[in-house]
Amino acid sequence: MSEARVQNNEAWIELSTIVGPEHLRPAMPEDAVDGVRPAGVIAPGTAQEVAKVLRYCSSAGLTIIPRGGGTQLGLGNRPCKADFVLSLERLNRVIEHVWGDMTVTVEAGCTIDKLQSVVREHGQQLGTDPMQPEQATVGGVLATAESGTLRIRYGAIRDLVLGLEMALPDGSVIKAGGKVVKNVAGYDLTKLAIGSLGTLGVITRAVFRLHPVPVATATFAAMLPTASEAEKLVLAILDSHLVYTGLQIRARREDQIFVHIRFEGIPESLQDQFTKLSRIAGDHEFVDCSDDVWMERQKLYVNAASSMICKCCVLPSQIGSFCDSLFLYAKTSDLAFILVAQGTGLAEVRLDAPGQHTLMTALSFLRSEVDRLGGTLTVAQCPVTMKSEMDVWGTVKDALPLMHRIKQKFDPAGTLNPGRFVGGI
Amino acid sequence: MNARLVSEFRSIVGDAGLVSGPEQLRTYECDGLTLFRVVPDLVLLPATAEEMQAIVKLCYREKIPMVARGSGTGLSGGALPVKGGVVISVTRMNRILEVDLPNARVVVEPGVTNSAITAAVSGYGYFYAPDPSSQVVCTVAGNVAENSGGAHCFKYGVTTTYILGLEVVLSDGTLLNLGGTTMDQPGYDLVGAFVGSEGTFGIITKVTLRVIKKPETTQVLMAAFNSSSEAGAAVSNIIASGMFPAAMEIMDRLALEAAEAAVHANYPNCQALLLVELDGSAREVELLMEKVGPMCKECGAWEMRLAKSEPERMAVWKGRKAAFAAVGRISPNYLVQDGVIPRTALPRVLGDIDRLSADAGLRVANVFHAGDGNLHPLVLYDRRIAGQEERAMTLAEDILRLCVEAGGSITGEHGIGEEKKMFMPVMFSPADLDAMQRLRSAFDPYDLCNPTKMFPGTDANVQKPVAYEPHPIELAGLAQRY
Repeated sequence: MSEARVQNNEAWIELSTIVGPEHLRPAMPEDAVDGVRPAGVIAPGTAQEVAKVLRYCSSAGLTIIPRGGGTQLGLGNRPCKADFVLSLERLNRVIEHVWGDMTVTVEAGCTIDKLQSVVREHGQQLGTDPMQPEQATVGGVLATAESGTLRIRYGAIRDLVLGLEMALPDGSVIKAGGKVVKNVAGYDLTKLAIGSLGTLGVITRAVFRLHPVPVATATFAAMLPTASEAEKLVLAILDSHLVYTGLQIRARREDQIFVHIRFEGIPESLQDQFTKLSRIAGDHEFVDCSDDVWMERQKLYVNAASSMICKCCVLPSQIGSFCDSLFLYAKTSDLAFILVAQGTGLAEVRLDAPGQHTLMTALSFLRSEVDRLGGTLTVAQCPVTMKSEMDVWGTVKDALPLMHRIKQKFDPAGTLNPGRFVGGI
Repeated sequence: MNARLVSEFRSIVGDAGLVSGPEQLRTYECDGLTLFRVVPDLVLLPATAEEMQAIVKLCYREKIPMVARGSGTGLSGGALPVKGGVVISVTRMNRILEVDLPNARVVVEPGVTNSAITAAVSGYGYFYAPDPSSQVVCTVAGNVAENSGGAHCFKYGVTTTYILGLEVVLSDGTLLNLGGTTMDQPGYDLVGAFVGSEGTFGIITKVTLRVIKKPETTQVLMAAFNSSSEAGAAVSNIIASGMFPAAMEIMDRLALEAAEAAVHANYPNCQALLLVELDGSAREVELLMEKVGPMCKECGAWEMRLAKSEPERMAVWKGRKAAFAAVGRISPNYLVQDGVIPRTALPRVLGDIDRLSADAGLRVANVFHAGDGNLHPLVLYDRRIAGQEERAMTLAEDILRLCVEAGGSITGEHGIGEEKKMFMPVMFSPADLDAMQRLRSAFDPYDLCNPTKMFPGTDANVQKPVAYEPHPIELAGLAQRY
């Protein structure tokens, strides 16, 4: 559609009435989602406006791609249609930090960094460290269920959410959960929304529980000769009394495997923890290292336009054999890899190869390997052209019909993110 | 129920799996909330997932309402039978199927008790964190249905944090695996949605859950104050200092009197007692506990005792855990509530409760999880005195309204069930409730699974409400309400 035509059509006029003309603009090439370019970008200023936009689009058969900081727009299958990008940029306030309750209420378009800096004034933190916090928003992190390295101590992002406000395609604004730590009134719709990739509604506000900022932090690294030894060490740490807030394996070559561990607490206890760690590690020597190693996940995504990044979930006791399979496979093909695996069993693998065919074959191999282990694999990032040849989510088993029924109940017209989620949802 | 159907059910579960005698059926007429009673038409106790599936298919064919039940310790009437329906008990499916310690996973059948999970792993230094006070008898399926909590939720979270996978039978008899053993399964988080759905989405046949390593050290400090607000101020200071205790509990004068009468806890003779439990690495707990004492003192604590050893800790907790049932010692009847408020609203809400209590001319004992703001006001009354019971119920309702007005919830861990469904509109808008119904109808389009619960406007055909009576397991000292 040409710009002039778009701006004169009925939808454009209708939508600009809802949000005000200054908050609806024609889309730029960089607004495209997996190569699908929308007509416009709309930025509502309130949850009610978001709901009105959704209701209008739903009734007019138009589609919406919700967008926070845009850091994870590459996640998911290619949308089958994208009429408007709905940006949460104007819903960016921290509404209320009740430090005495250790809770915070924040709008969905607020960046993680901004949120953290506000709660940090009272010595508190949101116990998660998603990638690109300066750009990633609360809503985006929730919709994609992105949890960082702190998860092993503070839980996944779903465990930190007390309540949500959501705009639905039927034009309603609903709230789920509440503001208190314990609350079992009604269904837990927060869980349904988190990780749903904006296919059921648009999250407009969230209430989180917070944790104290640790007095001191220390990170240590050990180099291990083999993946199975690294796994053994990780399992020994998991089985210990150590109180760690990060535990990861990083490997870029089969003979360069590192285990990183982070302790947080009062200085006296950090020393004590290190002594105990050394005892558990035996011959493997842990040395002081920089906090930068916790950015390794994020580094995977730097200059990754032609790379493929797979998020593989296996059991902690399978990390070693998963690594070995990867190493062996890489040896026989023209494949470079970097692996960053959390102690929880979540391994992110970046693959680089001269041609997409090699990446595709590697993906089939990794999928069969993860299937064999009973885990799951999601392609978190790959060149758009590869997306026509696969489902990035893999196959969802027997619960897919139920998921389709849920989608049907919340978004019957298929307004939100059509085609991007599992099984064509 | 007609004889043909009964024999069809019998052919699935056998004699051992079917209860139909009028006297036996009465055992199932209520759960831990004895206020409401409905005698079910039939009780079925399948022994396998296949039997469960067959039963549910039959119910679906005949459109018979199904109420799933664990041990029946729920406190909101969630397992109250529905007139003309069957009760399906999971208690015969009680095997622990798999213990995978390296990955801290346990797979169990739905009728396994909460304590049995911890018992299966405690020898290796692990435990199952959610600790409802009925944990010795309550089942994991009941915990999942109610999203149960316990005293240590402030730090460790509730049931939903620990459930990784569920095998469930939907109302049409479909057997589904939701989630799994590994994390982050692609698709909607249906495990998260199912936990806390109070039996309205389907029936659980298998649970995969996470256990965690026991902390190296646990210590509990007991501090005596001249008022609940002083104790509350100490809690605020502890939180402000950046500590993250495993539990913080306050008991007021009346609750203390009751505990003293019941178990001779040997607590200080004070207006408010605060328990602060710290756990973690030995060195850290040792050092932090040294700071907690002075913080309490600053707020007016005049006596403090620190329990370091396991027996000492148990002695301190004994009175707290017995508090609910103990109230029976100082009052012939009582109602238990489960409201939650933001912790900072504590002094104000406690003041309001005092005022309401004075207006109603009824005593209210307060026992609460101070860390997470979960109140358990116990409204004391005497049924024999005309009008007291009605006043007690009105007072309990007014307290719930206070909680919602303060930004809290009508239930922190007991669930909505039959008891609090009329309060859902106080907390949720019509649109919120409609969204919940949409989700429900995706799981159970014909409203066959535990119908009439959780949402107002539906009636389970209950008998005329009678006042709270302690559950037999409470009287036997096997469980307490809190």
